[in-house]
Amino acid sequence: MNEHTVKSYEEELKLLDRRIAQMGGYAEKLLGQAMDALERRDPKLAETAVASDVIIDQIERELQEQVIVMIARRQPLANDLRHIMTVLKIAGDLERIGDLAKNIAKRALAVAGESYPKPLMTGMRHMTEMVQSQLKDVLDALTALDADKAMEVWRSDQEVDAMYNSLFRELLTYMMEDPRNIGICTHFLFGAKNIERIGDHTTNIAENVHYLVHGVPITDDRPKGDKTSSTLITPR
Amino acid sequence: MNVMSKDVDAGLTEKISVRNLKFYYGTTLALKSITLPLYERQVTAFIGPSGCGKSTLLRVLNRMYDLYPNQRAEGEVLFDGENILDPKQDLNLLRSRIGMVFQKPTPFPMTIYENIAFGIRLYERLPNSEIEGRVETALQKAALWGEVKDKLQSSGLSLSGGQQQRLCIARTVAIRPEVILFDEPCSALDPISTAKIEELIDELKNEFTIAIVTHNMQQAARVSQRTAFMYLGELVEFGDTKKLFTSPSDNRTQDYITGRFG
Repeated sequence: MNEHTVKSYEEELKLLDRRIAQMGGYAEKLLGQAMDALERRDPKLAETAVASDVIIDQIERELQEQVIVMIARRQPLANDLRHIMTVLKIAGDLERIGDLAKNIAKRALAVAGESYPKPLMTGMRHMTEMVQSQLKDVLDALTALDADKAMEVWRSDQEVDAMYNSLFRELLTYMMEDPRNIGICTHFLFGAKNIERIGDHTTNIAENVHYLVHGVPITDDRPKGDKTSSTLITPR
Repeated sequence: MNVMSKDVDAGLTEKISVRNLKFYYGTTLALKSITLPLYERQVTAFIGPSGCGKSTLLRVLNRMYDLYPNQRAEGEVLFDGENILDPKQDLNLLRSRIGMVFQKPTPFPMTIYENIAFGIRLYERLPNSEIEGRVETALQKAALWGEVKDKLQSSGLSLSGGQQQRLCIARTVAIRPEVILFDEPCSALDPISTAKIEELIDELKNEFTIAIVTHNMQQAARVSQRTAFMYLGELVEFGDTKKLFTSPSDNRTQDYITGRFG
């Protein structure tokens, strides 16, 4: 693409990209830390994770301010307008992802001293890895303006939902086996739900990448697999 | 060229149909086979860098170019189905049906009242009482009546730039044209006057078919329903204004409206 005649405008757009990439990097890292803290029951790591959400929030505020100033000064049109609006929306999704990950870290703090059924973490870990790789892919797709790659992420969220359904069942089973598991399993249940929600925000980002690249929103309904809120799930 | 999908156009009447229009200044080809519609009671904006042919196209629509030697047009411009490029076309009649407002306000050195009455008398013989009514209506339509009703006998040149431009619009409206062509009507005006003209254009479109040439991208985006982007004498893209300014189909349109060249 040709560069803007006004160089400072070009610089401002590049700065938006750098900041959003940075924000994405922090969100990815925070999610990883929160899960590690949960798995290792490491309160120190959990606290680090909680603290790093502050940086994400700060970048979001900065981006918001920059976008408002740019709209006022540049009156962007066409791909620039889509670019700027997309950055604003993606920053919102990343901020939510940060909050959800932070919430997992807080739960890690709450369960730090407790023991839990060992196989439980395998499912949580697997689901987290899926969401982490999707988050990474969608951020790469954003940097590369690769709408096809973003759409792959958009479609694959169904697998995360399926994973969440099975994890939900598994947790119910542990609770029924031994009521002493209920407290900790509830934390895990919310943790799993948070990861599933992070997956949803990731698909929002994918939709925004598609709009940014093609200029038309995705109108298809996303295949959704989370049945836990619409049906009664019984333990296995 | 990308023409918008048919369903967007549904229910619209083509007031003017430009077909394969070529225009020459001497031997220089300034318009390279332009085809596009001007829809009835819609505002069509023409944008593009200087020298792209947008003003030339506007000047063809009421045969303004006839005033100059060595300029000629080929192709067809159908106005309610009749080719206005026909040598037998009555130019006075044509210009009463297709009015024009220019970049710089061009009031006559006469009173405010006479600026408008003069134009009416050129085309119609009416009793004075009726002319008075027409002058008032025209000034009202141009949103100027409130500001000048107590000084109709003052010189038109005593008005501010923005008022002068609205006076010119009133003069055009008074003749009861069907189409109004605006050639950068706000480029010499301050933001408040510009806003008043834009508001006016929005009102006028309920009655007239409007074409506007503007260098102000945001103005085109605000006032028009259709936008044509021209470059080097070609029509690059024509379509729904909302679509053209948010996701244009042609890269040249995108580069131009986002300030990447031109």
